[in-house]
Order: sequence, then C-alpha cells, then structure tokens
Amino acid sequence: MAVHGPVVKIHPVVLASIVDSYERRNEGASRVIGTLLGTTDKHSVEVTNCFSVPHNESEDEVAVDMEFAKNMYELHKKVSPSEVIVGWYATGYDITEHSVLIHEYYSREAPNPIHLTVDTALQSNKMNIRAYVSSQMGVPGKTVGVMFTPLTVKYIYYDTERIGVELLQRTRESPSRTNGLTTDLAQVAGAAGRVQEMLSTVLTYIEDVLSGKLVADNSVGRYLMDLVNKVPKITAEDFESMLNSNINDLLMVTYLANLAQAQIALNEKLVVL
Amino acid sequence: MCFGPFLLRQTMASRKESAASGSSPLETPVKQIQIDGLVVLKIIKHYQEEGQGSEVVQGVLLGLVVEDSLEITNCFPFPQHTEDDVEFDEVQYQMEMMRSLRHVNIDHLHVGWYQSTHYGSFVSRALLDSQFSYQHAIEESVVLIYDPIKTAQGSLCLKAYRLTPKLMEICKEKDFTPEGLKKACIGYEIMFEEVPIVIKNSHLINVLLLDLQEKSTVADKHELLNLSSSNHLEKSLQLLMDRVDDMSQDINKYNTYCRNLSKQQQQKQQYLQRRQQENTQRQSRGEPPLPEEDISKMFKPPQAPPRMDTLLIAGQVNNYCQNIKEFTSQNLGKLFMAEGLQGHSS
Repeated sequence: MAVHGPVVKIHPVVLASIVDSYERRNEGASRVIGTLLGTTDKHSVEVTNCFSVPHNESEDEVAVDMEFAKNMYELHKKVSPSEVIVGWYATGYDITEHSVLIHEYYSREAPNPIHLTVDTALQSNKMNIRAYVSSQMGVPGKTVGVMFTPLTVKYIYYDTERIGVELLQRTRESPSRTNGLTTDLAQVAGAAGRVQEMLSTVLTYIEDVLSGKLVADNSVGRYLMDLVNKVPKITAEDFESMLNSNINDLLMVTYLANLAQAQIALNEKLVVL
Repeated sequence: MCFGPFLLRQTMASRKESAASGSSPLETPVKQIQIDGLVVLKIIKHYQEEGQGSEVVQGVLLGLVVEDSLEITNCFPFPQHTEDDVEFDEVQYQMEMMRSLRHVNIDHLHVGWYQSTHYGSFVSRALLDSQFSYQHAIEESVVLIYDPIKTAQGSLCLKAYRLTPKLMEICKEKDFTPEGLKKACIGYEIMFEEVPIVIKNSHLINVLLLDLQEKSTVADKHELLNLSSSNHLEKSLQLLMDRVDDMSQDINKYNTYCRNLSKQQQQKQQYLQRRQQENTQRQSRGEPPLPEEDISKMFKPPQAPPRMDTLLIAGQVNNYCQNIKEFTSQNLGKLFMAEGLQGHSS
C-alpha cells in the first residue's frame, strides 16, 4: 500500500482493555494477543474496540484459537455492526517470528491489518505503544520477506471519553488508587481552579517577557489580545439586568422543583401511608 | 426488556447453594462499589457509539463480591432490541459471551447490569422488574445508571442503585393494592438506595494513563464552565411536567376509587337498614322474614387501582427535581463567577 501507511487513531478504552487482559493472562504466558476492531477509511484507521484471544506460544510453534476469535467477532458484531477487524495487538516489546505468522492469519481476515504492540513490561520505563503495517521486502521473485513498518499513533477521544479519562487520571494521586465521584459544586470549583492555573501560567509568561527574561513572541501576543478581548464589554446596567434575569430563572426553577417534591411527599403521606 | 432472569436462574442456582451459610439477609449487603476504570470507559464508549438513536443502551456487569463491597471488573454491552430482528436469542448471546470471557480469565460472574438514561428518567416498571429479578437471584447485584448528557456537561455521572429490602418484599408478593403498600410502609424515597461508587485502577493502568496524558494534546474543553443553561432546563422541565401530569391523573383515579368505595359502603348500609325495617315490619305482621341475601354479590367492590405506578412516578419526579436542583446550583455558581469577572474588568 502507501509508503507512509495510514495514521492509527486509538481510543483509550482499547489500551485499557489490553492492559487488563495482560494482567489476567494465564500462568506462564509471557504475552497476550488479541484482535483489534474498528473502522477504516482512506488515510486512517480508527481502533475502537478489542478482545483478547487465547493462544499458546512456545519456542518453535504458536497456536492461536481461531474459532474463538471468529466467535467473539460475531458476538461483537451483534452489538456494533459497523466495527470490522482492523488488525491485532500483542503485548511485549519486540516483534518475534511468531508475530509474522499471526500477522499472516490476520491478513486473511482484514485487508492490510495493523499490528499494535504495547510494552507492558515497561522495558524503557514507559509503555511504548507502537503500530506497524507489514510490507513486502526482498528481492522479488526470490527471497521475499516481510517487514513491519511503523506508523504514527494518535489518541482520539470522544468528548465524554475525555471527561471519563480525566476522572480516571485522579486515581493516580491517591495512595490506595481509588477515587470517588465528585459532587456538583466541587466540580465547578475544580474547573475554576484549572482555569486559574492556566491564567497564572500565562501571567508568569507575560511577566517574564516584560522583565526581559524571554523574547516576546508576536503570535503569542496576538493570542493574548484575543483572550483579553473575549471578555465582552457590556455596560454595567445591561450586565446587571442579564445576570439578574438569569439568576431569577434559576431560582424559579429551584423553587418549582422544591414545590414538586413537597407535593409528592404530601401526597404520599395522605394517600399511601 | 427483562433479559437477565432466565439465564440467571440456571447458572446462579448452583452458586446460591454453595454460598449458603453466609447469606443471612443483611440490611445492606453491599456498602460500596468499586469499579475498574476499564468498565467506565467501556460504558461511555458503548453509549457514544450505539446510543445516539434510541434512548437506552444496556449491558451486563461482571465482577465479584469482596466482603461488603462489590467489585466490578468488566462488562459487555447488549445489542439493541430491534423489532425486525429475527429470533434474536438473548440468552444465547449472554451464555456465549460469558463462556468466551471465561477463556481469557475475565471474571464471569454476573453482578449487575448497566443502563444509560435520558435526562434522568429511568424509574420505570421495566427497570424495577429487571432489577428485582437480578437481585432475587444474586443478592448483591446493582444497576448502574449512566447519564451521558450530564457527563458531556463536564463530569462523569454514574450512579449505582439497588432495591431496598422492603421493596423486594413487596415485589415478591406482587401485592400492589393500597392496603398492601400501607402495610409495608413504603414511600417513594425508600424504593431505591444509592450505593457509593469508587473508581479503582491497577498500577499498570496508571502507567498507561500517565503515558496518555503526556502524549495527547492538552485541548481541554471546558464544558463545565459553560454558562448557557436554557436548553437543558427546558428539556428537564418538560419531562418533569409530563410526569407531574401522569401523577395527577393517577391521583384522580385513586380519588374516584375512594369515592366509589365510600358510596358503595353507604349503599350497603342503606340496603341493610331497609332490610332490617322490612323484617321488623313483617315480624310485626306475622310473616316470615325475608331471606338474607348475599350482600357481597349485590355490591361488588370496585377494583382497587394498583399503587405501584404511583410510587414509580413519585420516585421519578423526585429524581427529576434532584437533578434540576443540582443543575441550577451549579449554574448559579457559574453566574456569580461571571459576575466577578465582569466586575473586575469594567
């Protein structure tokens, strides 16, 4: 196919799934493999789901439970009919010869499958997530081999996914790795805190530029102008009236909600109890 | 949409027998729920991809019970229930899925189910039935309600509910008449109990999250600080109004029933009195008294309307009100912040 290959966009749910199946692997298995599902278009492959496939790997042979893979794919198709097999994944750092065989099997299932490796053993102190596509190499007609060419990997999120991931990030900070869900006003406070942080970063930058520590960058200056101008210039009375009407709306709705709640409580006391 | 029960009875019957001794009915067998990050992501994804058209997406939760908390470690989605599906066997799907997951060492114990909701409207008969059958088979099961619209507004909204023991009793007896409910003293507030949720991630997932944070662009969208509220308020109020209308209809029905009942009592009394009078008259005239007729056949008592719907509607109205209040309090906070901002610059 194309030299550069498609861009691989991964959703975080896929990676979490892979890590989870790695943690649950059988005794003695050093790595886990599985199928990747998603959608493809001309220049990119979007991976949205995955499932692990049991396999046995030893020195000279590798056995993959293909029945299982087919079955699982059928089941998954019932839920999301638009997902197709786009490739496969394996945990571990390197690409072994067995990978070539497995990759060949997957080439039968999908045109030009993607191979994803996730380094769960953290060999380089990081979880390296890489994607490859196989391409032919060698002398045509004589020795033909297969080479895995790396592809660019991007992470994409749905909006709700991003919010979910943000919440999950917070588990890193607590020692027991747990985190509760936040209450309503705390959320607003949290968001305000974040904006405040960003503002203070910008302020320190401005002060550095003013005191001459940093060279002023014109584009950044333009952004700053945009930022300051974004706060709308309204006369004080207009703003007051707008604010008041909004507050009144909200208070009225709160009152109605309380009224409705009192009403049903009353009804219950009279009728049911 | 009661998909749980058949499968549950088969597979979980054996489990119940083996777990005999420790299963004395505790007040709340589940004090806390621990969810893996993976489950959260999967639920979000499922709604995002499949739930845009219809209202609800559902799925099954898998995990295990650890002392007094429930750990949910995995989940799988349930396909949509379309009418033109030819003979879609839900039980088959579930069994196959669980069998396959067992092969890859994923916990295959059913511990509950999840459902998405639209603006908080989930208190319905179907949910009650499903949760009842789940809880009947597995004592610790919960239903996770995921609210995607609230989540899109800024922060994850995931709640776990169980039926209270009292409600379980009532559902078991299927006695929904007014007298039955009065006996059990059920109010709409003690129908469901909410169980606190805690999210837990393993170390490796934490490493992954660290990696993701470094690699992905910081394009933070701050929906949470969005000031516009009218759209959301409008929809919520609309739903609330519909429910309140239902409620008032229900109350009317009950009132007419009460009135009919009392009218009938009066008629019965009158009839009995007339009978007495006639009998005394006849006795005074020396004739045999009229035979006692079967009163109950003459005055058939009117049908008592089932009160379960009232409870459900009340619960739903309560839920809507809670949500609206939360939303308005957040927005008030935001408005005051905006005021502060404007005050400084002008």
